[in-house]
Amino acid sequence: MALDKVLVYAETEGDAASTATLEMLTKARELAGSVDAFYAGPHADAIAADLGAHGAGKVHTVDAGDALPGAPVAAAVADLVGAEGYNAVLFATTYDGRDVSGRLSVRADSPVISNAVGLALDGDALSVETVIFGGTKVVRSAFRSGSVAIVLVRPKSFPAEPSGGGAAEVVSAALPDVGAAGNPKILAKHVEELEGPKLEDADIVVSGGRGLGSADGFKLVEDLAGLLGAATGASRAIVDAGWVPYSKQVGQTGKTVKPNVYIALGISGAMQHMVGMKNSKIIIAINKDPEAPILAVADLGVVGDVHKVVPPLIEAIKAKQG
Amino acid sequence: MNIVVLVKQIPDPAGPQELNADHTLKREGKLILDESDSYGVEIALQLRESAGGGDVTLVSMAPNGETSGLRTALAMGADDAILVGDDALPGAAALTTAKVLAGAIGRKQYDLVIGAVESSDGYVGVVPAMIAELLGLPSLTFAKKIDIDGSVIRIERQTEAGYDEVEGALPALVSVTAGVVEPRYPSFKGIMAAKKKPLEQVTVADLGVSVPGFNGNEEVTSVEDAPARAAGEKIEDDGTAFERIVAFLDEQKVL
Ligand SMILES: Cc1cc2nc3c(=O)[nH]c(=O)nc-3n(C[C@H](O)[C@H](O)[C@H](O)COP(=O)(O)OP(=O)(O)OC[C@H]3O[C@@H](n4cnc5c(N)ncnc54)[C@H](O)[C@@H]3O)c2cc1C
Ligand SMILES: Nc1ncnc2c1ncn2[C@@H]1O[C@H](COP(=O)(O)O)[C@@H](O)[C@H]1O
Repeated sequence: MALDKVLVYAETEGDAASTATLEMLTKARELAGSVDAFYAGPHADAIAADLGAHGAGKVHTVDAGDALPGAPVAAAVADLVGAEGYNAVLFATTYDGRDVSGRLSVRADSPVISNAVGLALDGDALSVETVIFGGTKVVRSAFRSGSVAIVLVRPKSFPAEPSGGGAAEVVSAALPDVGAAGNPKILAKHVEELEGPKLEDADIVVSGGRGLGSADGFKLVEDLAGLLGAATGASRAIVDAGWVPYSKQVGQTGKTVKPNVYIALGISGAMQHMVGMKNSKIIIAINKDPEAPILAVADLGVVGDVHKVVPPLIEAIKAKQG
Repeated sequence: MNIVVLVKQIPDPAGPQELNADHTLKREGKLILDESDSYGVEIALQLRESAGGGDVTLVSMAPNGETSGLRTALAMGADDAILVGDDALPGAAALTTAKVLAGAIGRKQYDLVIGAVESSDGYVGVVPAMIAELLGLPSLTFAKKIDIDGSVIRIERQTEAGYDEVEGALPALVSVTAGVVEPRYPSFKGIMAAKKKPLEQVTVADLGVSVPGFNGNEEVTSVEDAPARAAGEKIEDDGTAFERIVAFLDEQKVL
């Protein structure tokens, strides 16, 4: 059994389809006979090839201009779901994805399951996997009745693989007038410049926690990451302390990362942190407390002081790299 | 300016968490003010001060007539509170929660509704958007800065790439990110005053909200232990641990 039709809410990063969008399309192909995308924004034609190559037949599109997407776009998606009879709509757990899915849930009078990390078929129902208690327990929930299943999927839950399909057919949809609910306008967009690779997509991530001692201690993380071509990440403790910006936070209320190598410097490994990184292929941790939970999941755990271990490590790597 | 603040009361996140046999979260015993919502309470108090008056009303849905978290927020300075008992709604899904909270908010005259971007225990992260849709309100979400000038509200909205400046008109809903402001500690005077502040307790039936059997069409089918990640090699630094790390990185072919 499979679902009939699934709609994936597509978003962009820069000018390209976001990795999370391509991950969801890849998974949706497995679940449904037919997969389409919905894209709110200008230039759907620019991403139609990529969406099609990952399995989307059509890309329905609206352009809300400078309006904040939530209310008007949710109304457009609701109309489309009503007209086309999609069985499920998949969103990535992004800011806009949360706004649109929440409002769609009200319009469709159907619940949302949030923080999905797995999707499967249970007979002809969609079964959604989420994790609780810091990823120590896996919960499966199924959507039962006929109404549309709405799911918010955590990025990095599935691989993104091309299907070899041609460009998706671009179909313009109407943008309903939602009255006062549609009044918020985006006046200006500010892009915070990132140095080095993107945290979510990096092959190696070096993260730091309170064990670095002070904001200056984060330099150890930056230096090591620089040598390895890695992205830098952080625990919430040092984000809250203002040592680094929120965009670096890894964990339940931050980003999910799945690099080949995750290096944790002075991070205890609270369950809310681990849920964001424990699917890394290899974990290396340095912590002076032998009982720190992070050492219990590390492939290489070093009981030691970051200020004593990391500087010679940096020198040794430099020497090796010549 | 009249402001409604959503306040979730949750089991202490530092304590052990357990599930009931029906897969719902155990919420017996004392519940505390969700830290995520303490920021909304603080912002409401500051906005009321700069507007030169108005009421700050708390709205919460919780089991067992639990009011400890609400009393904390009243002690910070909120004026009154509405508590909806959810005993008829064990493990209510986000949509059901939103319908109930929207019903309670509808009993008030308000210019602004404030919620947090996500709760600390459920972190569903969609309840505020749902409430805005139910009430026909604009939602200015993921705010890390809020300014109000007359009936114009302007926020800095967190985005994946940085932030956007967003402007809307009141009445509206905002959801606030953690850390936007420094929540005040209740003073002794505040704690004493909070005991006498009006706290209305209502049931879902009182609100006249129609909600489906709990969780609507979504059903938990299994809860299992996640596969544990085996610990690997553990070494104590004797001054040469860095050499082992270099060798290990070499084995992983990352150098
Ligand atoms: C609702 C909720 C959501 C949360 N979401 C997140 C999230 O998304 N991400 C997140 O990270 N956290 C999150 N947290 C916070 C989390 O519970 C922890 O408080 C946080 O991860 C701890 O950060 P830390 O490991 O840097 O600090 P600590 O727990 O203080 O650990 C510091 C570690 O450094 C070690 N150390 C000290 N000095 C040295 C030294 N010189 N050399 C080596 N090691 C040293 C110590 O032994 C200790 O293990 C959340 C919490 C809640 C309640
Ligand atoms: N039971 C509740 N009582 C009051 N407010 C709530 C409740 N549930 C959710 N909220 C509000 O909605 C926000 C997001 O919750 P959630 O969508 O569950 O992560 C919370 O931080 C609160 O501001």
